[in-house]
Amino acid sequence: MVTIEFLGPIQKAPLTLEASSLRDVAEALKNDSEMAQWLESCAVAVNDTLVATLDTPLKAGDKVSLLPPVCGG
Amino acid sequence: MSMVELYEGGLNVPEIITRWYAEEAQFNYGACIPFIGTVREEDGIEGLSFDVYEPILNGWFEAWQVKAQALGAKLKMAHSRGDVLVHESSYIAAVFSPKRRVALEMIEQFVEDFKASAPIWKYDLKNSQRLYARDRSTAIAGAGILGGKQ
Repeated sequence: MVTIEFLGPIQKAPLTLEASSLRDVAEALKNDSEMAQWLESCAVAVNDTLVATLDTPLKAGDKVSLLPPVCGG
Repeated sequence: MSMVELYEGGLNVPEIITRWYAEEAQFNYGACIPFIGTVREEDGIEGLSFDVYEPILNGWFEAWQVKAQALGAKLKMAHSRGDVLVHESSYIAAVFSPKRRVALEMIEQFVEDFKASAPIWKYDLKNSQRLYARDRSTAIAGAGILGGKQ
């Protein structure tokens, strides 16, 4: 199982699901109506490192974080 | 290597700036350029509020420190989390460098990349509500892969 956490303004509790790559996570979240507005604008980190492809492999215990648009300062 | 300093609420600007100046006084830096971000009264807000995701923020800052070190420079940064009221400050960055040119260029690059990349989320405090400042926010480079952007 991997854990999906939603950062900042995405008001959603963490999820756990079976996934062998980010592609599986994308599939699962596409069916989640709460997430539709966020998916196109979120960056994705695996174990706190930003990643750039859905082919990123996942293993049990990994943490996937969704980072919506930022504005520090 | 110095870490990002995070504080609950508005920053104590005189304390932070004075301390940073003293910490670096003996390292032969010829230039120090601070940037201080202060919450302005605008659109009827009472203040701003911030969420910070520390693990990625620290990694981002360390990468910048490496870049600064290669030029003989050093970066310092402080940021608030939680509520910061109008006329309080929420952000300080400073570059110390041997000569002015490196510091002048780096403060601009650093602050701009901070706005575009640092995992911090801003909310307006208005009528006792905390409203995500979506219109002023920037998607991090590479965002959108889960929505089909590759």
